[in-house]
Amino acid sequence: MAMTGVLRPGHAQLRVLDIEESIAFYTDVLGLKAAGRDAQGRAYFKAWDEHDHASVILRQADHAGLDFFGFKVLDVATLDLLEKGLQAQGVKTERIPAGELMATGERVRFTVPTGHTLELYAHKERVGNGLGLVNPDAWPDDLKGMAVTRMDHCLLYGPDIDGTRSILEKALDFALVERVKLEDGETDLAIWLTTSTKAHDIAFVRHGEPGKLHHLAFKLDTWEQVLRAADIMSKNKVAIDIGPTRHGVTRGLTIYFFDPSGNRLETFCGGYDWYPDMDTIKWTWDEVGKGIFYHARQLNDRFLSVVS
Amino acid sequence: MAFKIEIEETGETFPCAEGQTVLRGMAALGRRGIPVGCQGGGCGICRVEVLAGEYSARVMSRDHISKEDEQQGRVLACRITPVSDMRLRVLGPMKKAVCFTSMNKPATEAGSTLVNHSA
Repeated sequence: MAMTGVLRPGHAQLRVLDIEESIAFYTDVLGLKAAGRDAQGRAYFKAWDEHDHASVILRQADHAGLDFFGFKVLDVATLDLLEKGLQAQGVKTERIPAGELMATGERVRFTVPTGHTLELYAHKERVGNGLGLVNPDAWPDDLKGMAVTRMDHCLLYGPDIDGTRSILEKALDFALVERVKLEDGETDLAIWLTTSTKAHDIAFVRHGEPGKLHHLAFKLDTWEQVLRAADIMSKNKVAIDIGPTRHGVTRGLTIYFFDPSGNRLETFCGGYDWYPDMDTIKWTWDEVGKGIFYHARQLNDRFLSVVS
Repeated sequence: MAFKIEIEETGETFPCAEGQTVLRGMAALGRRGIPVGCQGGGCGICRVEVLAGEYSARVMSRDHISKEDEQQGRVLACRITPVSDMRLRVLGPMKKAVCFTSMNKPATEAGSTLVNHSA
């Protein structure tokens, strides 16, 4: 059975404090390709190995953070079906007209109990990854900076991650891949969900304030590229939170760092493949350090407190 | 040219070059006192109150610093560069670092054994 329903994370709109400084950062340091500006002044970017128009949108605002996170779904029929599924779970949905976001069709927007705005869409303009579809080379000649391959996932902080998980599982067929339990052994502190064969497409940590962004993640192919990314961060005086290191959860090799507005980003590689017949992995409270930072085996001050 | 920055609670002082942020000046020398967060003005962790001295400031998230805060010298240490010697007070440590052992109850004791305070 091929992938149906929700395919993958499609776009994230971030708030930045200085748009010109941020455009330079996302282009030169992260290596995203500029994909245009709209009438509102938003700046669009795509990672080099993505085929759709854009996956990262920047909006200048007086506070940092995530405006919304969108998933691409298989087709318009699926979009209609999933919208009904959300409504059946008691979730209020809103249709954003095609074209409100450049090169993007109609979006179904909804809010989850953690306070985050999520979206589903079926259409985004296909621009290609620059290699063509006939006898392609392995990578293009114009790569810059870290040259991340795709916008991969986000980790969001907010209350009621249980209610959010329930909606995503029941309405959108997301599966729970890994979880971290709190001291009581019952309550989830954190959950990692997939809609594909990736170890996670979205994750949540229980946190007092709603609607917060822990990080937006970008994919690299190898540990060598992750190390190179850390070198590029240092050359550009980028604030590194932690890494390069490994997560216990998902086994990903990772660096957490901050964009010029204080939004945390991640560049990572690895992680295992998930299939629907697999069971959920559990981390206990006493080993949460190992789960988050596998080598240090302890949390740092920033992991549970620094969010935008 | 370097200015002297003093953190009131601890009496910790460190030099900070003009053009370098107060937070970076502290962290680069391995000094402690002001919590180090996102270093970009977005998370609010490094909130300080300037008690004396002049500085220039970059834009800070209005989630954490209101216009009134800014006018009254309550700013983010990661966004200010000194124009003279300065004295400041840290406005609370990692106040948001609470862990929940049940749905609503914070349990900072549980958290403290797992958090590396020197990181």
